[in-house]
Amino acid sequence: MAEHRITTPVTDDVIAKMKAGDRVYITGYLLCGRDSAHKKLVDLIKEGKELPIDIKGQLIYYVGPTPARPGKAIGSAGPTTSYRMDSYAPILHSLGLKGSIGKGSRSKEVKEAMMKHKAVYLASVGGAGALISKSIESSDIVAYPELGPEAIRRVKVKDFPCIVINDMYGGDLYEEGKKKYRIA
Amino acid sequence: MKTISLAKVRDQIKDLVQEANFVLQDDVLAVVKEMEKKEESPAGKEVFCQILQNAEIAKGEKLGLCQDTGLAVYFVEIGEDVKLKKDGGLKSLREAITEGTRLGYGEGYLRKSVVEDPVRRKNTGDNTPAYIHWELVPGDTFKLTFVAKGGGAENMSAIRMFAPAAGLEGIEDFVVETADKGGSNPCPPIIVGVGVGGNFEYAALLAKKALLRKPLGSHNPDPFYSDVEKRLLERINKLGIGPQGMGGRITALAVHVESFPCHIASMPAAVNIQCHSHRVMSFEM
Ligand code: SF4
Repeated sequence: MAEHRITTPVTDDVIAKMKAGDRVYITGYLLCGRDSAHKKLVDLIKEGKELPIDIKGQLIYYVGPTPARPGKAIGSAGPTTSYRMDSYAPILHSLGLKGSIGKGSRSKEVKEAMMKHKAVYLASVGGAGALISKSIESSDIVAYPELGPEAIRRVKVKDFPCIVINDMYGGDLYEEGKKKYRIA
Repeated sequence: MKTISLAKVRDQIKDLVQEANFVLQDDVLAVVKEMEKKEESPAGKEVFCQILQNAEIAKGEKLGLCQDTGLAVYFVEIGEDVKLKKDGGLKSLREAITEGTRLGYGEGYLRKSVVEDPVRRKNTGDNTPAYIHWELVPGDTFKLTFVAKGGGAENMSAIRMFAPAAGLEGIEDFVVETADKGGSNPCPPIIVGVGVGGNFEYAALLAKKALLRKPLGSHNPDPFYSDVEKRLLERINKLGIGPQGMGGRITALAVHVESFPCHIASMPAAVNIQCHSHRVMSFEM
C-alpha cells in the first residue's frame, strides 16, 4: 500500500495516483459539511444559483464537530456516516469536487460518479474525533452558520490521516477487505 | 422512605454526561484491549491503536470521545418509597434530568444533536429533550443509567416480528444479517444488543437494555442465552468486516441478549447496534 502526502486543492494527477487501501496525509484546507448543508448546496445548484463556496479541486469532510473550547481550533471532529450524502455527491463531483472524507460505504451512483469525474472517497477513523482534532489547526464557518453543528466550515489541516476507500478505477477497500477476511 | 433532592439529581447528571463522553470506561477499555490482540489485519490493528490513543486524548483534554455525543438516553429505576424534594427551582424529576442534560452538554462543549421535528429538522440547540425510560420498582432504590447514543450506529438497528416457527435459527440469522448489512457504517468494532420476545416496543427496549449490561462482554445468566451470545459473536466475527469495515477478524466486541415472555403467536426480535464509542454510566442515590 502506497502512502501519499498531498496538499489541497488537488489535481486529477494526484487523484490518479491513489488506489484503494493507500494511506493519505492531507495538508491544506478541507471544506466541512454534512446533511443539511448538502441539501442547501444541491438545492442552489438545481435552481441554477451560485454556491456560497468554491468546490472545484476541493475535498469535503463529512463532519459535525463538537464546539471548540476557548483557545482551541475545534472540538472532537471525526467523520460521520457518508451514505447520507450519497444522493448529493454525484452532482458535486460533476462540478469539480475531487473527493469526500467520511466513513461507511457509498452507493453505486457515487462510485460511478467518482470514476467518471476523477474523484476519490477517503475514510478517517469513526469514533476517533479527539485524536483527529489534533491534525486540525483552525476552523472557520464559511456558510450557513444557522445550521449550528451542520454549518459549512473550512478547516486548515496538517497531515490529516485518511485511507482510500474508493479510487477512480473502481477499487473498493471495504469490498476487498471483507472478501479477504470473510469465513463463509 | 428516602428523600431525593432534584437539585442533586440535576447536578449529578450534569457531571455524568460529561464524564461519560470524555472517559472510555474500564470495562470497554478492557474488551478493546483484549480484542486488539485477536485482530490479524494490519489496518484493523491500527484502528484499535487509534481507538486507544483517542481515549487518552479525550480523557486528558476533556474532549468528546466522538464528535457525535449522542442523544441523551436515560433508564431510571425509581423505588415506590422514594420521595422527591422539589428544590433548586425544579418541579419534577423529568425537569431535573432535562436540566442536567442541558447544562452538561453546554458546559462540556458537547455537540447538540437533536432536531425539534423529524421532518422540519431545526436543532433544539441544547441537546434536549432527554430520552427517559422509567421503571417503578419496590423499595427505595434510585438508580439512573445514561447512554450517549450516536446516530450512526443507531441507524443500523432493526426489528422483526417473526413467526414462532422461525425458531432460534431465524433469530440468529437475523442478528448476523443486521450486522452484515451495517457493514462499515456503524463504526465497527460494534456492540450488538439483542432483545428477544415481549412485543413490538418491548423487544426494542430489551435490545437497548441488553447494550447497557455491565461489564461489557459479560453473559446472560441463563446458559441458553449465554450460548446464543457466544455463538453470535463468533458468527459476526467471521463476516470479515473488521475494524472500520476495512477487513479483519474483529467486527464486534460483544453481543448481549435479553429475553422476555411473549404472545403465543409471536416471536419479536430487535437488534440495537452500538459502536466502540460505548458511553454508558450510572449512579445511585
Ligand atoms: S457510530 Fe459511534 S463512533 Fe461512529 S460516529 Fe457515531 S457515535 Fe461516533
